[in-house]
Amino acid sequence: MPDLNTFRAETRAWLEQNCPPSMRTAQPDDEAITGGTREKYKNPESKIWLDRMAAKGWTAPTWPKEYGGAALSEPEARVLAEEMQALNCRPPIRGMGFSMLGPTLLEYGTEEQKRTHLPKIVTGEIRWCQGYSEPGSGSDLASLSTRAVLQGEHFLVNGHKIWTSGAHFSDWIFCLVRTDPTAKKHEGISFLLIDMSDPGVRPQPIRLISGYSVFCETFFDNVQVPAKNLVGEMNKGWTIAKRLLEHERKGIGGIGERAKERSEQTPEQLAKKYVGETDGRIAAPALRDAIARFNIDQRAFGLTRQRTAEEAKAGAPPGPASAMFKYYATELNKRRYELMLDSAGTEMLGWEGEGFEPDNLRTTRDWLRAKANTIEGGTSEIQLNIIAKRVLGLPD
Amino acid sequence: MTLTLSSEARLVQDTALEFFRDKSPITALRKLRDTQDADGFSRPLWREMAELGWTGFLVPEEWGGSGFGHVGLGLVMEAAGRTLAATPLLSTSLIGASALVLAGSGMQKDTHLPGLVAGDQIFALALEEGPHHAPTRIATAAKKHGGGYRLSGKKTFVLDGHVADTLIVAARTSGGANDRSGITLFLVPASAPGLSRTRTIMVDSRNAAIVTLKDVEVADEAALGPIDGGSDVLEAVLDRARAGLAAEMLGSAAECFERTVQYLKDRKQFGVAIGSFQALKHRAAQMFCELEVTHSAVLACLSGLDEGANDVPALASLAKTKANDTFFLVGNEGVQMHGGIGMTDEHEIGFFTKRARVALATFGNSAFHRDRYAALNGY
Ligand SMILES: Cc1cc2nc3c(=O)[nH]c(=O)nc-3n(C[C@H](O)[C@H](O)[C@H](O)COP(=O)(O)OP(=O)(O)OC[C@H]3O[C@@H](n4cnc5c(N)ncnc54)[C@H](O)[C@@H]3O)c2cc1C
Repeated sequence: MPDLNTFRAETRAWLEQNCPPSMRTAQPDDEAITGGTREKYKNPESKIWLDRMAAKGWTAPTWPKEYGGAALSEPEARVLAEEMQALNCRPPIRGMGFSMLGPTLLEYGTEEQKRTHLPKIVTGEIRWCQGYSEPGSGSDLASLSTRAVLQGEHFLVNGHKIWTSGAHFSDWIFCLVRTDPTAKKHEGISFLLIDMSDPGVRPQPIRLISGYSVFCETFFDNVQVPAKNLVGEMNKGWTIAKRLLEHERKGIGGIGERAKERSEQTPEQLAKKYVGETDGRIAAPALRDAIARFNIDQRAFGLTRQRTAEEAKAGAPPGPASAMFKYYATELNKRRYELMLDSAGTEMLGWEGEGFEPDNLRTTRDWLRAKANTIEGGTSEIQLNIIAKRVLGLPD
Repeated sequence: MTLTLSSEARLVQDTALEFFRDKSPITALRKLRDTQDADGFSRPLWREMAELGWTGFLVPEEWGGSGFGHVGLGLVMEAAGRTLAATPLLSTSLIGASALVLAGSGMQKDTHLPGLVAGDQIFALALEEGPHHAPTRIATAAKKHGGGYRLSGKKTFVLDGHVADTLIVAARTSGGANDRSGITLFLVPASAPGLSRTRTIMVDSRNAAIVTLKDVEVADEAALGPIDGGSDVLEAVLDRARAGLAAEMLGSAAECFERTVQYLKDRKQFGVAIGSFQALKHRAAQMFCELEVTHSAVLACLSGLDEGANDVPALASLAKTKANDTFFLVGNEGVQMHGGIGMTDEHEIGFFTKRARVALATFGNSAFHRDRYAALNGY
């Protein structure tokens, strides 16, 4: 293996040279980059930063070079992440193409599919969204009914997806469709890549309790999809669907750490500010105790992520602990927001306008957004079902 | 902090698991209880543990130990926790050894450590004076008297107090009732005139005693560590004790949980295994999660001790809080999920519930450690 220290030094030098100054500051929400043809690049330096990183393959550092990645080893990728963190570099881009579809295509895609789609994810040219859930199929995802019928060189797709995050800003959608309605529910599903520029694809934004519209209902009316956009075999899409969900849950499982990087507000700081201090300590003992309880759990969970990462590095197969990441991280994240609201009182109950600090207004909205964490990507109850069944071996 | 085990550590773990499973299952504790055994632990077994080197894991080679470290001793204690084995590991191999190694004079080490390592000498920390862990609330007085001190006071919940050969007594040499400074540790032979011990039979069937000191005379050389500066030593020793005890509790909680999950698979009601009921499944899955994070917290603390991490106090409070809460949860759910049979003395699951309560009161309950964790982190 090439010397990691050399790699670290080179990486740091490159980042220092190439990361624009404004990309080394805390990232406001409206400057987060998700790519695609509708990306506005509000801060022009974010486009420069993205292009430079993409040219090195560092937006998807572990992907093979032939698909636009940099073919870094896991240790090298960790070094890159550490150096970016050390210099406070913003992530150049994020999205479902990177966290979910990419790894799935690398495993199941045809050579042509990989060459066609992966490089455009790396450069941020194309943004992807996820067409899994339907009005009648949420937790019971395999009951989905969006139909795809193979007619010669094309599938004809008709149906109705819902909760499609970012559909109104996306270019392509990866979809679960029913290709055999007579088979058992897990055995008639296929995994399709669909170009959303087809006029038969209509995303309609839905307003959330946070006031934001981050997701859509997505309708499919006689959408023609080339047969070559089928990933894996016909009617064998459920295996691929589950693998992608593993990637999704792994991503969501890191949510507390991302929040820590981004948010300057912690429950203990807010409590000191809005409840007050006695001898340097939060003046309300019950609140202090609740915050300590949360921080202890957060720390113990962070150590668990570290432990499983070390075990994986030492070559152990993924242990049972990884099954709990999605569940534990999202429940913790909700607790964190509740404690911030407990700490700030009415200062954090504003909706908009005068009389509230902008940071607090943002946190209030984020508090509402966080409620989705234990629903999206499989609810907490479903995660507990999975642990009970797969890890503990409890009977159905 | 390294959170994976070395191959040497794994070997220790395997040996310890087998040792306690074969030689000290819960039936052994039951027997000690039912025969009202005078010692409350098995001396022959203790000697075997010494021969395996466990008593010397925290003692440098110079005094006959191996210095193998806290992770190793923690793994042994975790294995002991699985069978609720009653041993002086905590009082002697962990607390006694730590106190002597951290604060002992050359002479004190020479006098005490070889016997400790050999399994011949038992130690006990005489610290608490009230019903709650309060390491600075010390009223026991040590008054200067000629070439030494006179100790008077009453100590409760002295683990292994009635079998100890030497007591480590925390006494006040200056300062007020709850001052952090003014506390001094003394090594006091159990046979010292004026020292009396009453064994207390605890709910977990493990060893503890009330120790009364009445004008007990000790020489100046009996002071362990600095005069008036005992709190620093005590805190370092207590953090080691908390880490090791948390490891033991983790072992107990894991065993209790595994037995309960097995019962969920075996017991049938309504024509199906009770483990198919989602109300029980979800609670079992939540316990699994808590055990995983507790495992990480315990390992981080033990490993932090071995690596000289600078936040050991916070890690110790973290580990003890998680071990407390998880063992409490699993112990209580263990009885509940066993139904009526779980309430019987004949079934072993209740031993875990009882042990959980005593262990969590030892060296700080969760409220104590959350408060300490907050203070250490500046809030
Ligand atoms: C912010 C957000 C973004 C999302 N983004 C996407 C996206 O991009 N693409 C996409 O395809 N989907 C997306 N989803 C959808 C998400 O995956 C579903 O909401 C989720 O799987 C739950 O399905 P449901 O909403 O139909 O709820 P239901 O399945 O109807 O669940 C309702 C309640 O019943 C419980 N429940 C259901 N089944 C069981 C069971 N077997 N045992 C115990 N309890 C059960 C659930 O836990 C929940 O509490 C998103 C959701 C949110 C909130």
